[in-house]
Amino acid sequence: MHLAYPAVLAALLFCVGLYGVLARRNAILVLMSVELMLNAVNLNLVAFDVWLRDALHAGQALTLFTIAVAAAEIGIGLAIVLMVHRNRGTSDVDKLRDTAEAAADDDPTDADEDAAPDSPAPKAAEAAA
Amino acid sequence: MITTSTLTTLAATGPGFLSPTGVEIAFLLVGLVTLGAAVVTVTTKQLVHAALWLVVALGGLAVEYLLLTAEFIAWVQVLIYVGSVVVLLLFGLMLTKAPIGRSPDADSGNRPVALAVAVAAAAALVWVVVDAFRTTWIDLDGPVQGATKVTGEILFQHWVLPFEALSVLLLAALVGAIVLSRKNKAAAEAEALTTTAPKKPTTGPKKEQR
Repeated sequence: MHLAYPAVLAALLFCVGLYGVLARRNAILVLMSVELMLNAVNLNLVAFDVWLRDALHAGQALTLFTIAVAAAEIGIGLAIVLMVHRNRGTSDVDKLRDTAEAAADDDPTDADEDAAPDSPAPKAAEAAA
Repeated sequence: MITTSTLTTLAATGPGFLSPTGVEIAFLLVGLVTLGAAVVTVTTKQLVHAALWLVVALGGLAVEYLLLTAEFIAWVQVLIYVGSVVVLLLFGLMLTKAPIGRSPDADSGNRPVALAVAVAAAAALVWVVVDAFRTTWIDLDGPVQGATKVTGEILFQHWVLPFEALSVLLLAALVGAIVLSRKNKAAAEAEALTTTAPKKPTTGPKKEQR
């Protein structure tokens, strides 16, 4: 098998996941897109491991570790999303703007991630921690 | 120079792209299904359908692992991703009261920017990858490289320390998820009594439900 097939498929899957992360509004759909990106990386790891015939099979071992870390990540991520939903009543990432700069309120496409020091959001900081 | 020479010896230039083998045809077909399911996952308006299409995409990837002779990874993929991660995501969708039907606001306003970034990244990555690995050939014959016996021996001989560290990480994630879920029950009641005043009124329409 040509190595180009799995490599191209992994690249395309990664870009599909990238689009999902950037374009989705629901936080759980963003987590799904992150899973797609992680799976693209896993496919690359397995393909290159099979190609290189590594004696230690580092690619497959790292794939297993990535799958386990992804499972842990989805658990923690869902716990955070549920907590935000319980505190805020929404899980839209567009509406969680308490740490944005004050000048960015009228420009929704230019969200700044820096935390304003006088932001009246103790719950947002708590949920992000 | 050394790397290029080893790469050319490893490449072993198989047949061209115009005479694909059966494994390549199967990989291509399953890859198309996987990619289509992934695209539907990130574009559909129905949130539950996105999770179900994600099952198709992850199952297709498990088949790709099988075609790459990594059978243990394939079954782990089926068990963990299709079995547990998607179920967790569906639980999350249900618990956050996601709408069952079409939700018109599933995509945010920066969708054209996201599309542009994704297309640019896809073009760059595919160009580089095809240019780099155009003649590289994976030899799938011989002993199966991802058999469960091989993977078990490797994992418990050479990778046992990261494996144990990973179990500690999973335990920490479990404890963290429990703590995150428990804290908002006690803290919400405490904060409901004290700090209802400093909340911003524009954070959400359904805040009074808690």
